[in-house]
Amino acid sequence: MILVNVLGVLLIALIVWWFWLYQPQATDLGASELTIVVENGTYQPARIQVPANQSVVLSFLRKDSSPCSETVLFPALKLSETLPLNKVKNITLPAMQEGEYDFHCQMQMYRGRLLVV
Amino acid sequence: MAKAVRHQDKHGKADAEKQRCHDGMEQQQELLIQGASCAGCVKKIEAALQSVPGVTHAEMNFAQRTVSVEGAVDASILIKAIEQAGYGAQTQSADSDDDALEEKEKADRAYYKRLMLEMTIALGLGVPLMIYGLLIGEMTVTTTTERIAWLLVGLLTLGVMLFSGKHFYVGAWQSCKNHSANMDTLIALGTGTAWLYSMVVVFFPQVVPDMARHVYFEATAMIIGLIDLGLALELKARGRTSEAIKRLIGLQPKTARVIRDGNDMDIPIEQVRLHDLVRVRPGEKVPVDGEVIEGHTAIDESMLTGEPMPVEKAEQDEVVAGTINKTGSIVFKATRVGKDTALAQIIGMVKRAQNSKPPIGRLADVIAAYFVPVIMMIAIVSALAWLNFGPEPAVAFAVVSATTVLIIACPCALGLATPMSVMVGVGKAAEAGVLIRNGEALQTSSKITAMILDKTGTITLGAPKVTDIVTVDGVDEAGVLQQVASLESGSEHPLALAVVESAKERGIKPLAVTGFNAIAGHGVEAVVEGKNLLFGNEKLMKDQGVALDDFVDKAQQLAAEAKTPMYFAVDGRLAALIAVADPIKEDSIAAIKRLQHNGIRVVMLTGDNRATAKAVAEKAGIKEFFAEVLPEDKSKKVQELQMQGEVVGMTGDGINDAPALAMANVGFAIGTGTDVAIESADITLMRGSLHGLADAIAVSKATLRNIKQNLFGAFIYNIAGVPVAAGLLYPFFGLLLSPVIAGAAMAFSSLTVVTNANRLRLFKTREH
Ligand SMILES: [Cu+2]
Repeated sequence: MILVNVLGVLLIALIVWWFWLYQPQATDLGASELTIVVENGTYQPARIQVPANQSVVLSFLRKDSSPCSETVLFPALKLSETLPLNKVKNITLPAMQEGEYDFHCQMQMYRGRLLVV
Repeated sequence: MAKAVRHQDKHGKADAEKQRCHDGMEQQQELLIQGASCAGCVKKIEAALQSVPGVTHAEMNFAQRTVSVEGAVDASILIKAIEQAGYGAQTQSADSDDDALEEKEKADRAYYKRLMLEMTIALGLGVPLMIYGLLIGEMTVTTTTERIAWLLVGLLTLGVMLFSGKHFYVGAWQSCKNHSANMDTLIALGTGTAWLYSMVVVFFPQVVPDMARHVYFEATAMIIGLIDLGLALELKARGRTSEAIKRLIGLQPKTARVIRDGNDMDIPIEQVRLHDLVRVRPGEKVPVDGEVIEGHTAIDESMLTGEPMPVEKAEQDEVVAGTINKTGSIVFKATRVGKDTALAQIIGMVKRAQNSKPPIGRLADVIAAYFVPVIMMIAIVSALAWLNFGPEPAVAFAVVSATTVLIIACPCALGLATPMSVMVGVGKAAEAGVLIRNGEALQTSSKITAMILDKTGTITLGAPKVTDIVTVDGVDEAGVLQQVASLESGSEHPLALAVVESAKERGIKPLAVTGFNAIAGHGVEAVVEGKNLLFGNEKLMKDQGVALDDFVDKAQQLAAEAKTPMYFAVDGRLAALIAVADPIKEDSIAAIKRLQHNGIRVVMLTGDNRATAKAVAEKAGIKEFFAEVLPEDKSKKVQELQMQGEVVGMTGDGINDAPALAMANVGFAIGTGTDVAIESADITLMRGSLHGLADAIAVSKATLRNIKQNLFGAFIYNIAGVPVAAGLLYPFFGLLLSPVIAGAAMAFSSLTVVTNANRLRLFKTREH
């Protein structure tokens, strides 16, 4: 029984670490032609590094037909765009100050983050 | 040789440039490029385009992956050239709103079909299993035959999971890899737990206590089926929420009849160029924005402005895309095409506003963002609690409670609660000719307690009109009007314009004027047909020694009615008194009453003197007013009311009122049709009527109420549902939710929210 309890606590610790503490590597926008694929409940890549004080363009390709993925919102930038299915959509972002900016779908089931450096 | 070529090249370019300046008819189009990955590609694409005959200039924006091409060349030729250079291209207009909508609907239909099939398969297994469990047998595993039978059912369930629930498992795995968790994670974990436990029971019955040898295959199949059903129904309901946008997009005609080289031709709307001549016959829709150059007609603009009366259009008047030509045939010059038309901009704005969230939704957003991992932890804690303290069979209770917690907790309803209502609310407002810029404006308007109305152009028409002509005995009214109109025809003064306009209306032609002289602040004098004419205020008359007699009383009487009296004298003798006033718009009074009826304190603001202000305010039914306010002090008046604790709405015609509009909690700009700087105010009233204000506030109140209902509903499902699922009620009532019920609740939570938001569509802005 003790073993089960310890396992449970460890599992909780793992969840905290995996979803909140661990910082996955960010993909640099500038490196190459980067397309954010919207599929299976995720943005891939979901962490994107972009340069500060400079307008950038994000290309989204939505392959997921669930209606939740249809809209992508950048709440801090007051921006929202509709993503067509199976078609690249370019979204121009204004110059941003250094910091982290979330983007997500209407339901917040799809989540991504911009790291502005 | 090379030099010569380059020289020639340059020449050619210069010529082309000149050509472009000469005829303003040049076409510019944008293409989307695929496959360009380096600066070298940019050069290649530009060169390929420039070699196309007729292209005068091509420039690529690498960041946006677009190329803008100038020259009257068909897009298909350009695309071919780019493809020959080894890249892909498509026109941007190809994903016009109309096409995009059609494509979206097609995709939605396909998705719906798939979900329904998946649902049928999953429930096809789940329902009979559940009926068996409820009516016929215990779902326990004891004998070998039972083990084999249940193993088969377990494999069938696995098949259902792979066919009907594959998207959940793939999504869960993908998002978990991405260090994020979502609805799929919860469903995959919940159904996975139920299935795995059942399979353990089938394979190793000895490790679980006798009482807990229970299988939950039916739960897995039912949950997947119900959630697919929920998604399908939600998809259907969602389609209806965007009806307003669909209607707006539907206003855009698909073709236009342009006159090129003297011939009429029907062309697709995307190919209409700036300055094209467009012909519109009675009953047809205006395809793009433009200026009438031939003919006159009445145009129904109600779809954009909510204004029911058709508007007369003649030469030089503006026409707007999407409106319906009623009576006559006109030719107009296209002044705005494609994405620049007022209609396209309105559609864009409504779309943006529909996707923005009012502050009320932010807490739900914050909760939703952390929800899933928290729920996973709650599920673990709940399972541990059952194992440690629960009654026998503790293992079974632990599995059921963990599964149920995971399944009931999807935060999507919470995430949907606000956007769905905003979508319907903003669309509803747009139908009434009210453009709401964002969710914040929507929320704040529902709380407005005081409304400041600028007088000129807001309460009144903003265009003075001649209201009274009082002549001295024996003087003819038409003659007076003709003389005064002649006298004033050169003047730009608004009062003068009123007189000229009034004469024009009566078909009176002005006469030749000599010796025109404007006497600053007093009036004007001139000679017409050998007579010395004098037109101005009382002071002017007194200075010039004109006797006014009892006309002074009449003038005062007119002034008390908020009219501006002016004297007219011929050869030093008084001939007439002409009163000019800015009339109150027909429906201003009713609209103001509506506002006051809703408990809003209405205050009028004007630069006019107290007497005029008082008269207008009284007529309009307003008790409070600020008179003699300088334009730059308008924002101070807004502040004054705010200091008194009011949530202030400010309504003005948008240009000179900008600082006050910005200072107010919500700025309402009155803009009629096209000349709206749509982006400048929080809310724009497309038609001149103040009813738009009351409509806007009514819609915002209804929307906020709807959002609150949605949030409450979602809250019940998600936050109150979790403790019940964890078994908090068990010690008191012996109640533990079944995972199947949790699945149904989860599936229908979003549906409830969307359906409730749809109720808002039935809301009427005004009872007639
Ligand atoms: Cu969800």
